[in-house]
Amino acid sequence: MIADGAEDEEKWLAAGAAAFKQNAFYMQRAIDSNNLKDALKYSAQMLSELRTSKLSPHKYYDLYMRAFDELRKLEIFFMEETRRGCSVIELYELVQHAGNILPRLYLLCTAGSVYIKTKEAPAKEILKDLVEMCRGIQHPLRGLFLRSYLAQISRDKLPDIGSEYEGDADTVTDAVEFVLLNFTEMNKLWVRMQHQGPARDKERREKERGELRDLVGKNLHVLSQLEGVDLDMYRDTVLPRVLEQIVNCRDEIAQYYLIDCIIQVFPDEYHLQTLDVLLGACPQLQPSVDIMTVLSRLMERLSNYAALNAEVLPYFLQVEAFSKLNNAIGKVIEAQEDMPILSAVTLYSSLLKFTLHVHPDRLDYADQVLGSCVKQLSGKGKINDTRATREIVSLLSAPLEKYNDVVIALKLTNYPLVVEYLDNETKRIMATVIIRSIMKNNTLITTAEKVEALLELIKGLINDLDEPQGLEVDEDDFEEEQNSVARLVHMLYNDDTEEMFKIISILKKHFLTGGPKRLKFTIPPLVVSTLKLIRRLPVEGDNPFGKEASVTATKIFQFLNQIIEALPNVPSPDLAFRLYLQCAEAANKCDEEPIAYEFFTQAYILYEEEISDSKAQVTALQLIIGTLQRMHVFGVENRDTLTHKATGYSAKLLKKPDQCRAVYACSHLFWLEDHETIQDGDRVLLCLKRALKIANSAQQMGSNGQGSAGSVTLFIEILNKYLYFYEKGIPQITVESVESLIQLIKNEESMPSDPYAESLFASTLQFMEFQKQKGGAIGDRYEEIKV
Amino acid sequence: MNFLLGAFKPACNISITFTDGKNRKQVPIKKDNGQIVMNPLFQSQETIAGKIHIDPYQGKKVEHNGVKVELLGQIEMYFDRGNFYDFTSLVRELDVPGEIYERKTYPFEFSSVEMPYETYNGVNVRLKYVLKVTVTRGYAGSIVEYQDFVVRNYVPPPPINNSIKMEVGIEDCLHIEFEYNKSKYHLKDVILGKIYFLLVRIKIKNMDLEIRRRESTGAGANTHVETETLAKFELMDGAPVRGESIPVRVFLSPYDLTPTHTNINNKFSVKYYLNLVLVDEEDRRYFKQQEITLYRLKEEAS
Repeated sequence: MIADGAEDEEKWLAAGAAAFKQNAFYMQRAIDSNNLKDALKYSAQMLSELRTSKLSPHKYYDLYMRAFDELRKLEIFFMEETRRGCSVIELYELVQHAGNILPRLYLLCTAGSVYIKTKEAPAKEILKDLVEMCRGIQHPLRGLFLRSYLAQISRDKLPDIGSEYEGDADTVTDAVEFVLLNFTEMNKLWVRMQHQGPARDKERREKERGELRDLVGKNLHVLSQLEGVDLDMYRDTVLPRVLEQIVNCRDEIAQYYLIDCIIQVFPDEYHLQTLDVLLGACPQLQPSVDIMTVLSRLMERLSNYAALNAEVLPYFLQVEAFSKLNNAIGKVIEAQEDMPILSAVTLYSSLLKFTLHVHPDRLDYADQVLGSCVKQLSGKGKINDTRATREIVSLLSAPLEKYNDVVIALKLTNYPLVVEYLDNETKRIMATVIIRSIMKNNTLITTAEKVEALLELIKGLINDLDEPQGLEVDEDDFEEEQNSVARLVHMLYNDDTEEMFKIISILKKHFLTGGPKRLKFTIPPLVVSTLKLIRRLPVEGDNPFGKEASVTATKIFQFLNQIIEALPNVPSPDLAFRLYLQCAEAANKCDEEPIAYEFFTQAYILYEEEISDSKAQVTALQLIIGTLQRMHVFGVENRDTLTHKATGYSAKLLKKPDQCRAVYACSHLFWLEDHETIQDGDRVLLCLKRALKIANSAQQMGSNGQGSAGSVTLFIEILNKYLYFYEKGIPQITVESVESLIQLIKNEESMPSDPYAESLFASTLQFMEFQKQKGGAIGDRYEEIKV
Repeated sequence: MNFLLGAFKPACNISITFTDGKNRKQVPIKKDNGQIVMNPLFQSQETIAGKIHIDPYQGKKVEHNGVKVELLGQIEMYFDRGNFYDFTSLVRELDVPGEIYERKTYPFEFSSVEMPYETYNGVNVRLKYVLKVTVTRGYAGSIVEYQDFVVRNYVPPPPINNSIKMEVGIEDCLHIEFEYNKSKYHLKDVILGKIYFLLVRIKIKNMDLEIRRRESTGAGANTHVETETLAKFELMDGAPVRGESIPVRVFLSPYDLTPTHTNINNKFSVKYYLNLVLVDEEDRRYFKQQEITLYRLKEEAS
């Protein structure tokens, strides 16, 4: 019966089309010669080609379209015949003489169309007759096409309001009745397709049904286009009847498609007013129906509707759209016991989006949705389905996207509960989403409470979660995540120092549990943030309210110390070292000498114990020197200790050039321009001389080995230091010493040297010349130098 | 024209005309040789009147022993071809023995003739009415001329006309209930009805309604029955499911039907049946036959 291959089918179609064409030709000839009898005969023969069972819906459609075109011609001919005096009633009878039912009914519909046009009988009577007679075709495919033909020809002839075929009273009802009946019958045929033929063809059959579904859905479209279908009509007649059919057909494909069809073709306004009816039908559908997609689309439509027409919002409240939807979803989930968690979550996700759009002011609704979701998830443990988790992420992201403010999400009490059900990896993803949202919107989180809640949410990033990780996280991803946490720290801010301190304390509490891998990312921003806080502290004794501030600098510094202490164990000594110096500087600003000293001590210890790489040492030492130079809080003794240590370190560096540079840098430690207490020209000179000595020995080592290019550079650099201090007017730096150094360099210059050194020297000389030109006190001093 | 005169040169030409011949309705009748001729239509109790013209050829005189016209109602069985059984025979003597020299016209009239049976052309039997003019001659053989005419009798609509309603089926396989709106239909009637499917366990391919004519001839042991299917009208295409009801609407006018004839002169009967046939996918046929009575209703137009 059914084609084995597409090839056979092509053949059959070709044969059918050929026979069809031939009869169409004879029909046309009969029409041309006004021969009604022959026209009927050949048209019936032509239509007999549609009786085939061999074609798939797709090919059958091809044939049907040809028939449709030919029947248009025949209809025009019928119309002319009636004008020529042929009684349309007779014509209507005449076409029914055909022995085969399918051609007969096609002709009947065509004649019926003419009958309606002549208005010799009320349209409703004819339509009723046609739709009843079509019952004769019980073959699904042929029946569907026949009825679709009926729908097509009747479309412009329905006794709708404002139509020329409108009758005396209540004819819209007739129009609706007609379409509903045709719809019902078509759906029955369509559903029946599923159950005919062998089970092994199921897949193919479902595909074919898919191709035919629009024929059925078209009826709903026609209904939606009827002028007469107003809200009352829709609510009282159309919707109940359509739903009844949908529910009763108990067919998965039909239910899914048709419910969706209803949602798509009728106006949003109607849906809103009939929400409970529509939703009431949902739990009655087959369990396998993908109800979640359907409901999601409904909610999506309604939210768009609300979004586009602000004036309809009161209606949403009036009909309690939210609670109805919420109930309906609950019922659907209840009714479909084995509904996958994915579907449930998707439903809630759509509902949440809906309520966010429609009731942005009702945070309790959103919370309620999350609550229901939690209830649904409870008892199922962590979710393993990746699609479900993805859906949960989208569910959780919705409020963030909507409000652009994580603070609001933090108010949702059920929010963290939902997060709990995610697996660790997803939790991390979720946390990233949250942070990203915060960053994007520059949301400041200002209270300790919220910070606490937020940290709870993003726990996945801050802590190693309890259970062992199955998958090792990609190193880059991890870094990315931790960086985002670091950025987040800066968004937690409050102008009030006490609150801010609380925030910081909370952060510390969480961060310190984060494990060694995270600390190096999380501690620095925390420290920086704390230091910022310190700067904002009111100067001691300058408290306008006179009361004892609970947050004192001392307290914070202790706090800092605790944080940083965690780092060397990590081990990130380098980082800790820098932070100590930072803190020391901050303490300096606060005039907290002991604290600053303590920080420095810590930094020194780290330098001695942990920093062993020579390059790192050089950098670290430069940092020490730089920081120490800026410190003014120290008393002579402390300062001496520290500077002494620093110079000591300098001399112990591994490479000579490094030693040399460190030592001349140390010279700055003894001359602070703004502090007269720290102006010790002797020791400056001492440092520079030592630097020269080291440079000298470096040069000697170099001449033994690989040339002396490097050492010339060192000399020039030292010269620059000389010039600097000379300019400052340190008496110990004499014109002679400068001149002799220049001379020395010039001697060295005669040797083959590197271009870098040359240019450095040249620009140094240029600088001197420039200073000379400037005149004034400095110019005078440079004037003295003879080159 | 008259084959009986084939052997001889006809001595005269006889023609028969009816009084209202120009206005009377003519109906087509199929003759033995397949030709279709138009014959005037009468009904029972009508007066059959007209004129008979006898026209001798070429001024010949026709000597005769008398001229008569007969109105015959005949039944002819095909197994007994050529043998007519006259159930009606009326005679009018038109002329006493004598000679006819020139064209002569005889008016005739059979008033209010009882013609209870309709003209019928069946498979094995034929009932016909004929006017037979005989110019009796002693030695040369009589000259005979025939004129057929058709009789149709109209009846008023039956006072009682119940619908046919019946539930039939094969156990656990197929149960249907059918209903035809009447049991008696006139020849231009429409059969309306419905077929309900109460149970369908077979894969039905289609359903047809056949109109069958059962013609039985002879009597007793010699009864000969012939059944023909006059119409095959497809009612349904495809396999219905339980609960479907399929409409029936069959116009009878396109088919060549006659009224039901019961025991016409003890010679033959013609009965009509509606045969509902369901065909399954293996081309097995399931059917149920119901007799209907057909009658001829007076047409308003004529």
